[in-house]
Amino acid sequence: MEAIVKKRIKQVLKGDQDAYAEVVEIYGEKVFQICYRMLGNRHEAEDIAQEAFLRAYVNIHSFNINLKFSSWLYRIATNLCIDRIRKKKPDYYLDAEVAGTDGLTMYSQIASDTSLPEDDVESLELQETIQREISKLPEKYRTVIVLKYIEELSLNEISKILDLPLGTVKTRIHRGREALRNQLRHV
Amino acid sequence: MKCPAEMIIYMHEYLDEEISAENEQELRVHLQSCKECQTHFHELRKTIALVQSTSHINVPSDFTAKVMAKLPKEKRKVGFQRWVRHHPLFTAASLFIVLMAGSLFSSWEQDHEFSVSKQPNLIVQNDTVIVPKGEVVKGDVTVKNGKIQIEGQVEGNVTVINGEKYLASAGQVTGEIKEVNAIFDWLWYHIKKTATEVVTIFDQEEPEAAK
Repeated sequence: MEAIVKKRIKQVLKGDQDAYAEVVEIYGEKVFQICYRMLGNRHEAEDIAQEAFLRAYVNIHSFNINLKFSSWLYRIATNLCIDRIRKKKPDYYLDAEVAGTDGLTMYSQIASDTSLPEDDVESLELQETIQREISKLPEKYRTVIVLKYIEELSLNEISKILDLPLGTVKTRIHRGREALRNQLRHV
Repeated sequence: MKCPAEMIIYMHEYLDEEISAENEQELRVHLQSCKECQTHFHELRKTIALVQSTSHINVPSDFTAKVMAKLPKEKRKVGFQRWVRHHPLFTAASLFIVLMAGSLFSSWEQDHEFSVSKQPNLIVQNDTVIVPKGEVVKGDVTVKNGKIQIEGQVEGNVTVINGEKYLASAGQVTGEIKEVNAIFDWLWYHIKKTATEVVTIFDQEEPEAAK
């Protein structure tokens, strides 16, 4: 996989834009996943994921071809997500939580024309609860938890992506787990 | 019961799969005796399971297309190179035509000297070739960069390249008369000549093969 990606990147470096489409195809899912779990909202996640690929393309010359491309790309994506979280504008998205309600989103205020079976509703609610708790984590814990448990990356890789010492990554994962445990233990 | 502080650390080390065998043993023994730590450990594992259970969110199907549309425009050079790579036959054909045209073009450039096919009874005056009155010239006559004045009879084709021909009323040509002036005519003439030669070769070969 990395070999194909490196070949495509070399083509991109020569200026062949079409070769980049395959790179986006390979990593689009993963980058989108990271963004979604970090931001908790499809619309923003798509926005940031696109931005991440755009940045990677524009800065492709600064990528060291001997390193793992995915790590480099994930770093761009996580940094963009963190930036977005920090200066979160009060944008209104349909799936953003409505203030003063417990987990209600704009979607629930729109009459739905398809009724979901009970089980689906339940599992959907659980999914939302989990995502909400992830979103509540301070961003430094959120990042490591997402990379570790959603992307299933090794601690070493996470340390490389975030440019943090391994010890720091471990501490953050421990604290993130504890924080989530406090929130999710009664689910 | 107050648990040793390192038990929580061991739990996390265990979850990160980085615990030493010794500490793992210690943790196991402790968990069997301590209800509180057991619950804590169970909750941590449950939390992880919950986080991992979050269903995969599908990326929008037009994601790649959207990203590609946002990229800055590439240089034309590469577009051309890619076209070349994707159409090798066209590329080979156009390269061939360019080279062919080039070589013919240069031969056109070189051929500015006056020349005429050698027939004994042709009269050459400066750059004018005269087929004298009453004479019969046998074979094809080719004049390059000069004029031809036909007063007699030519048994064959007359070709004038980059020149003029005068056919006197008494003059007679049994074959074709061709005037080649512009460069494209010159190219066409060459192509036709080559084709005719090829056909001639085949015509000659056939009786040989029949033998």
